[in-house]
Amino acid sequence: MSKYEIVIGMEVHAELLTQSKQFCACPNEAVAPPNTNVCPVCLGFPGSLPVLNAKSVDLSLRTVLAFDSKINTRCIFERKNYFYPDLPKAYQVSQRLLPLGEGGFIDIDVPNGDGTSTVKRVGLHDVHMEEDTGKSQHGESIGDPDSSLIDFNRSGIPLLEIVSLPDMRSVEEAEAYMTALRQLLLYLEVSDCKMELGRLRFEASLSLRPWGQEEYGTRVEVKNLNSMKAVRDSLRAEIERQTRILDSGGVVVQQTMLWDEASGTTQPMRSKEQAHDYRYFPEPDLVPLDIDSAWLERVRASMPELPRAKNQRFIEQLGLSSYEAGVLTSSREIAEYYEAALEGYTKSDGGAAKAISNWVCNELLGRVNAQNSSIAEAKVLPAQLRELVQLIDAGTISGKIAKEIFDEMFTSGRDAKSIVEERGLTQMSDTTELEAICEKVIAANPKAVEDYRGGKEKSFGALVGGVMKETKGRANPALVNELLKKALTQ
Amino acid sequence: MRLTSEEVDHIALLSRLDLSPAERERAATELSQILDHFEQLKQLDTADVPPTEHVLPVVNVLRADESRPGLPREGVLQNAPEHAGGMFQVPRVVEAE
Repeated sequence: MSKYEIVIGMEVHAELLTQSKQFCACPNEAVAPPNTNVCPVCLGFPGSLPVLNAKSVDLSLRTVLAFDSKINTRCIFERKNYFYPDLPKAYQVSQRLLPLGEGGFIDIDVPNGDGTSTVKRVGLHDVHMEEDTGKSQHGESIGDPDSSLIDFNRSGIPLLEIVSLPDMRSVEEAEAYMTALRQLLLYLEVSDCKMELGRLRFEASLSLRPWGQEEYGTRVEVKNLNSMKAVRDSLRAEIERQTRILDSGGVVVQQTMLWDEASGTTQPMRSKEQAHDYRYFPEPDLVPLDIDSAWLERVRASMPELPRAKNQRFIEQLGLSSYEAGVLTSSREIAEYYEAALEGYTKSDGGAAKAISNWVCNELLGRVNAQNSSIAEAKVLPAQLRELVQLIDAGTISGKIAKEIFDEMFTSGRDAKSIVEERGLTQMSDTTELEAICEKVIAANPKAVEDYRGGKEKSFGALVGGVMKETKGRANPALVNELLKKALTQ
Repeated sequence: MRLTSEEVDHIALLSRLDLSPAERERAATELSQILDHFEQLKQLDTADVPPTEHVLPVVNVLRADESRPGLPREGVLQNAPEHAGGMFQVPRVVEAE
């Protein structure tokens, strides 16, 4: 074990799922030709006036409600002042003194390394609304080492910043935090969380301290993390770097590091902007928000069941295993598919929830994942899956045939019933017909029959297989077992 | 309370002002007077006075989330001193390695 305890905090920026920007009507799009989604407000022209997007407040409220944060129902915007070319006004509208949410928490599942996991609660410092900046490209990457190019399409996109407390103690916990947060934001339909498009961005701050020491060590921020893998790899690299410094008796310098994917190292950010003295003050162009209880209740009513509650309900009320519940609630689309397929379906033995779960987890998701697709794009609709399972229950088809039918359904999107009829796949449950086939198989396999009668139970399987082969898998297995046994004991 | 010349330099840097020695001297005097005035205001008891977040007695000015196309790009870039590939071109902001 290392000599040092790892302390990690996370800052997350999520671009919100709105049509328009935070303070103007320009489209909120992740991809567009440079400087086409801009207007005087988001270009920071003097005399332009920002007006807050109502939807973005609703989405932000939904999020702080889900975090159980203390909500500042009266909150204000402030100007965070700094000079940088991608910030056209030379200030970013943000919140500091009265952010929308203070405190709150996210429960995460930390893997124990043996397939199980432990729930850990990560506290939040605050959740605040702000606006995104423009995007800049620098130097060699644009073929001109002396220039930077700026695109303001991103400028003014509604942003929610979620700041955690330094509550994480390992890279695994940081990963679990990212997974849980992303899952929650997706459930809430607050952000599309596309990290590759910068819609969801993580920044980690990391420090080390000798075990048992109460004060935190010097904190280093790591930026330029555009995937979960980048966060994981950069944290590992930074832990190594800081450990080396501390081991050799050195002092960690407080600074911002940039992750360099190519070299797999963190490098100090070298910027002319060193003076981080933001001189916040209330934004005079925006009046305060005063959120009354009716507004809060309206937002509360728009909230979906959250993943943890759903997971627990699937286990406690539907009797699913925690593994199944975890798979089925991993995304809102999967959970909704499952619940739609289960709707109105019952089984006399009470196994309906389990039966549908098996089909969704194994057959459907297996095929969806193999295609690198998503359940939302699956051609098989929930009701069609339910119908297929009901055909098995009714004895119309065998479980084995059902999988073949499902293959066809998955490719074509056709109903199970029409495939069964067209291909003549109905299960054979006609006793007379099956008896004749059993006789035939017995006659053709004297060795197996002799072995079985001599006590080799295994040989029975070969005979069942023979009947299945004769009937192209359509024979009702339970009936075949019964008829064969009867014929063999005669 | 007299501002030190380092403090004046720092404020000038944050404001991106290039001050001559004479201007720096004048700024130090004037800023110090402003700070003195606030020191004086601090003597008032404001315990029961709610903070002024805004001078207007108005809250919740919001717009519906509806988008409309941005400005034509030729117009957006027409006053830019330099542009390339549809983007504003500025002196490089991140130092070379």
